[in-house]
Amino acid sequence: MNLDYTDDQKAFRQEVREFLAAELPARLSDKVRAGQALSKADHEEWHAILNARGWLAGNWPKEFGGTGWDAVERHIFEEETTAAHAPRIVPFGLHMLGPVLQKFGSKAQQDHWLPRILSGEDWWCQGYSEPGAGSDLASLKCEAVRDEDHYVVNGQKTWTTLGQHANMIFCLVRTSKEGKPQEGISFLLIDMESPGVEVRPITLLDGGVEVNEVWFSDVRVPAENLVGDENKGWTYAKYLLTHERTNIAGVGFANAGLQSLKRIARAERDGDRALIENPHFAARIARVEIDLMAMATTNLRVVSAAAAGQAPGPESSMLKLKGTVIRQEINALTKAAVGPWAIPFQSEALEGANEPSAGPDYAMPATRTYLNNRKLSIYGGSNEVQRSIIAKTMLEL
Amino acid sequence: MNFELSDEARMLQDGLRRYLADAYARPLREPSDTVWAGLAEMGVIGALFPEEAGGFGGTGWDIALVFEELGRVGSPEPLLDTGVLSGGLVAAAGGDVEAVIAGGTRLAFAHGEPGGRYDPTRVDTRVEDGRLTGRKAVVAHATSADELLVSAREGEALTLWRVDPDAVEMHDYPMTGGGFAADIVLNDTPGERLGEGDATEAIVQAQARATLALCAEALGLMERIRALTTDYLKTRKQFGRPIGTFQVLQHRMADLLIEIEQARSAVVNLAGNVDGPDRDRHVAATKNLIGEVARLVAEEAIQMHGGIGMTDEYELSHLVRRLTMVDHRFGDTLYHLERFIRLAVA
Repeated sequence: MNLDYTDDQKAFRQEVREFLAAELPARLSDKVRAGQALSKADHEEWHAILNARGWLAGNWPKEFGGTGWDAVERHIFEEETTAAHAPRIVPFGLHMLGPVLQKFGSKAQQDHWLPRILSGEDWWCQGYSEPGAGSDLASLKCEAVRDEDHYVVNGQKTWTTLGQHANMIFCLVRTSKEGKPQEGISFLLIDMESPGVEVRPITLLDGGVEVNEVWFSDVRVPAENLVGDENKGWTYAKYLLTHERTNIAGVGFANAGLQSLKRIARAERDGDRALIENPHFAARIARVEIDLMAMATTNLRVVSAAAAGQAPGPESSMLKLKGTVIRQEINALTKAAVGPWAIPFQSEALEGANEPSAGPDYAMPATRTYLNNRKLSIYGGSNEVQRSIIAKTMLEL
Repeated sequence: MNFELSDEARMLQDGLRRYLADAYARPLREPSDTVWAGLAEMGVIGALFPEEAGGFGGTGWDIALVFEELGRVGSPEPLLDTGVLSGGLVAAAGGDVEAVIAGGTRLAFAHGEPGGRYDPTRVDTRVEDGRLTGRKAVVAHATSADELLVSAREGEALTLWRVDPDAVEMHDYPMTGGGFAADIVLNDTPGERLGEGDATEAIVQAQARATLALCAEALGLMERIRALTTDYLKTRKQFGRPIGTFQVLQHRMADLLIEIEQARSAVVNLAGNVDGPDRDRHVAATKNLIGEVARLVAEEAIQMHGGIGMTDEYELSHLVRRLTMVDHRFGDTLYHLERFIRLAVA
């Protein structure tokens, strides 16, 4: 047992730090620090910088143009980039579709789609959830019917994150109504510019637009865009979910959020003292920091087991659950810390349209982030679904 | 970074687990001379001391490993008091712990005083010309100790003294978690000085390591309680089906599992830092977290068992009693929350 990083790992951390100091544009890190929404061009700019360094696909093997990093190296990269307020990597192509194509895609699909993810030629989004299929994803109805060398797709997807920027969507579609619901699902790649695809934005309670409804009416998709076998899509989706969860603890985000919370609580006044000297407030910060210290170590234990070659298992459910609870508590405390300055509605849609509030800059994103991050315990399998997974797999109940 | 046990540690863990499974095949709720001798013979006491003191371990990882195993069987042996707390103080002062490691000498640390609560510096017992006068409260395993280690003020300095248990007045009583404790009256009692200079830092350090031992024991207790409760959920039937099929109980059990993993990580954090520069922050964080999780696990385990969880006869009762007492040594949840605020937040 040993909690220290190896010399190689320390050197790698230093290399990442130097890269970020030299290459991360202040314009982007300022936006991230201030909690402002990033534009499509912002994301593309950062992806291109990482790609030029060969560091865009941290979770891909070298043969596909990835870094070949192990789980500890990925963790160090994640820690350093979040601490430097770099934009997060848009996960849909890189973290979700990429691993599925590498594992289940044909050689032709790999050769065609993977380089386009790295170059930014394609922006992918995820077509999983439907109005009637959330936690019970296998009940999805969006239908693909084979018509010679095409599939004809009809139905609706929803909660499609950043779908407004995307030109491609990977979808779970129903190709059979026989047998168990899981057995009639296929994994299909659809060009968003095809006739019959319509994207409608959904405004969320924080005022922002990051998710969409996507409608398909008689959309013709070449049959070569089927990944793997017909009716085996559920297996691929489950594989994707485990990959999506390897970094689900969000330790980097939580640490950055906690540091920001402490800065705000030192700056805010509470009568004659700083807010952080209010013992009740300090106790709530302390509790979440203590929880985070333990969770960060749980995360490292899982990361280091993964680096030793163990497959991510139900531990990722535990990390997802605890990680989201901690981040939501930090968001709630940050909103509490800014006091009345939480009241001005600082929605993305109204940016520039209203008189700016006279409050401190750090107060601006507090309410918006708090409201927006209610999603953390809902998406990627709600926390209740995670509890059921834990009970079934780890407790065998 | 490496969370795997070394080969030696793995051997110690396997051997100890096998021995304890056998020794506690019929659960023991009181200390036993046979078990104590067995632990000494296996080298378990020696694992708590570094080589220069005649042991073969003594790191935070060794302490965590041994006490998690003891926790799993609810062992009430005075190993924390003898091996980590008092033995640690003797070894740190350059004293001889050979007889302790061999299992021949048991020690108790008479430190806390009435009204002192959890403050390790709150000592009013006085020493003059090598004779001690004062009162000590809730001295764990005092009655079974071959020798007492007593803290006392000599002038301003906090000093340590070896005292013959037969030379003091003891008022003893059983402890909630097994074994006996005593309140002790010293009245011009002779003692022999241990070490030189002020012992405050030595006491804080020994208590940090004892806190690690206690937290690791709590982890072992919680693992055992989790296993008992999971089994019960699978076997107990109501409304015609195992109660573990009810989602409300599944989700509560999943939450316990997550919190016990948090507790394991907290023990790892303290084990890796107990002898380092960031010791105090980790002591506070780990003891606070363990206190919170221990209460949750104890209360939820009883609740999910229902009436059977209330009975003395069932194995759970002893484990819960020991787990519940973890918050009452070396500072409780609130004490350490406040310390953490001072060290890391404010």
